[in-house]
Amino acid sequence: MTPLLEVTDLVKTYGEGEAATQVLKGLDMQLAPGELVALLGPSGSGKSTLLTILGTLMQPTSGQHVMLGRDLTRARDAELTEFRNLHIGFVFQFHHLLPDFSALENVIFPAAVAAGRETARDRARAAELLERVGLSDRMDFLATQLSGGQKQRVAVARALMNQPELVLADEPTGNLDRESASQVMDLLTQINRDEGTSFLISTHDETIAAACRRQIRVVDGRTG
Amino acid sequence: MLYSIKIAWRYLSSGKAQTALLVAGVAAGVFVFIFMSALIGGLASYLVQRTVGDISHVTIKPPDRDATLLLEDGRTVHLVQQRATTQRDTLRNAEAFLPGIEATAGVRAVSPQIVGNGFVVRGQSRSPVAVTGVEPARLSAIANIAARLVAGEARLGNGGVIIGASLAADLQVDVGQVITLQSDRGIERPLVVAGLFTIGVDALDSRAAFVSLATARTLFELPQGLSRVEIKLEDLNSADDYARRLAAETGLTAESWTTGNAQLLDGLRAQASSGNLIKGFALVTIVIGVASALLLSTYRRRSEIGIMRAFGASRGFVVAVFVLQGALIGILGGLIGAALGYLALSPFPIPEEAQAGGLPVDVRQGAYGLAISLTAIGAILASILPARAAARVDPVSVIGQ
Repeated sequence: MTPLLEVTDLVKTYGEGEAATQVLKGLDMQLAPGELVALLGPSGSGKSTLLTILGTLMQPTSGQHVMLGRDLTRARDAELTEFRNLHIGFVFQFHHLLPDFSALENVIFPAAVAAGRETARDRARAAELLERVGLSDRMDFLATQLSGGQKQRVAVARALMNQPELVLADEPTGNLDRESASQVMDLLTQINRDEGTSFLISTHDETIAAACRRQIRVVDGRTG
Repeated sequence: MLYSIKIAWRYLSSGKAQTALLVAGVAAGVFVFIFMSALIGGLASYLVQRTVGDISHVTIKPPDRDATLLLEDGRTVHLVQQRATTQRDTLRNAEAFLPGIEATAGVRAVSPQIVGNGFVVRGQSRSPVAVTGVEPARLSAIANIAARLVAGEARLGNGGVIIGASLAADLQVDVGQVITLQSDRGIERPLVVAGLFTIGVDALDSRAAFVSLATARTLFELPQGLSRVEIKLEDLNSADDYARRLAAETGLTAESWTTGNAQLLDGLRAQASSGNLIKGFALVTIVIGVASALLLSTYRRRSEIGIMRAFGASRGFVVAVFVLQGALIGILGGLIGAALGYLALSPFPIPEEAQAGGLPVDVRQGAYGLAISLTAIGAILASILPARAAARVDPVSVIGQ
């Protein structure tokens, strides 16, 4: 099967000269379509840097990053922005919702920014996603009026808005209580199962890692 | 574009107090701009009206009668020449042009005249006067003599004369009494004082005498021709253009009122320049205010900008959101400032109706469209720096926070 994502000999160095710090040291990794994978590793191992590069928010110093058959290491900023919008979703530890916008407006954002306006079809899809994450009664609430768990569920709905092939989740339950964490993880598992969306979840939590079908360990800038 | 407008508007409406203050600041700047435009424009209209309102805007004068000295190229000559004085300079065929000039769009009145100097004699008193012969029906065509009469009536019969009230006081003469007018050609005519006027300019009130064209022809021995033709235009600012056009079309010598009023024009220009300077300062204040407020907003919304970029917002989209905020602030502040300016200026009388000592602002010269357009452009330009700063926000630095 053609991999959804493949990185080869990925190197990322911050700084220059004597101050240079190599965080990724020739990392190789593959993800197949529809996979639910946990990314494990101690702090400073390079997990976050890897997720940032996979999310096309940063370019590696060297190596190759291919997704959906496209070599992203050679792409320009505008191309990466468009690619990210259409094919990658993010769920961050600190939800990062837009505070002056309602739950529905937050979810619709990736589609609206691509189309240049909010279409009726996109509003319907955003409403459907919020219903799916159990927030149909909170659609018009501002992000600031929601609880931590609710915000994170809105963030999950937003990540799925453009039906991306890959969702990158960085400690998605790290800032939640046990019950909310469990709800969010159940949601991710369910979406992966029902829609075939691939998930790469960075976590320290062994329970979360156990819920994923595969685990990748990053140790000292390389996959273990 | 629609979506960037929505985001821009949401950002502005979510910080209501800050936006209200910003819009109020822009509106105040626009108000100053409009007030200065109305004041400088009104003051100029008032001054022009008071100083040159009663004079001809374009005057057709006789051509120079003295023979032109013809010299070969590069040759020079020193010449002392006595001007011919045996004949008066006259416009021989100007009357043929009068119907055409009167029919021209923008011409309010035309007054063919014979002018000359003379003395008013009353008993032992002799006062020098400038005599103007006009068609009786056009007495008030240029200077509104009828409106400035303080005694008698504005009717010029062949035996009548209208003189300034100061001159009448000097000669101790009143309406209905007879004076003798002696021209510089030595011809005398007894004339009945038909009316007395006060224009407020001493040179006219104590030295001017108006007689009928027929009387002037007798006094100055001019059976035909005219000394000059005075023309009043609807818009005195078009006098230079009109004079040039008239001279080109007719071959006559046409002089605009501006030729003899260079100092007044210099004063008006200096006044307009100082007004423009103040208006410029108002615009600069608007630009700095909008730029600093949006720059603050950029720093305050750094994390949101980073998130937008992470979810696929291009740098262009971010720039558009911030430039649109600047534009909305500029347009909103501009409209409010213009409306306030209009409301504040409306109670003032226009310069044509202003009383002496009043503030000569002209609500019609507020330059409202210009104020709104310049403010909108200024606010857009002011937002470019913050917008570029916003577009440079690195999503990676924000997501980790």
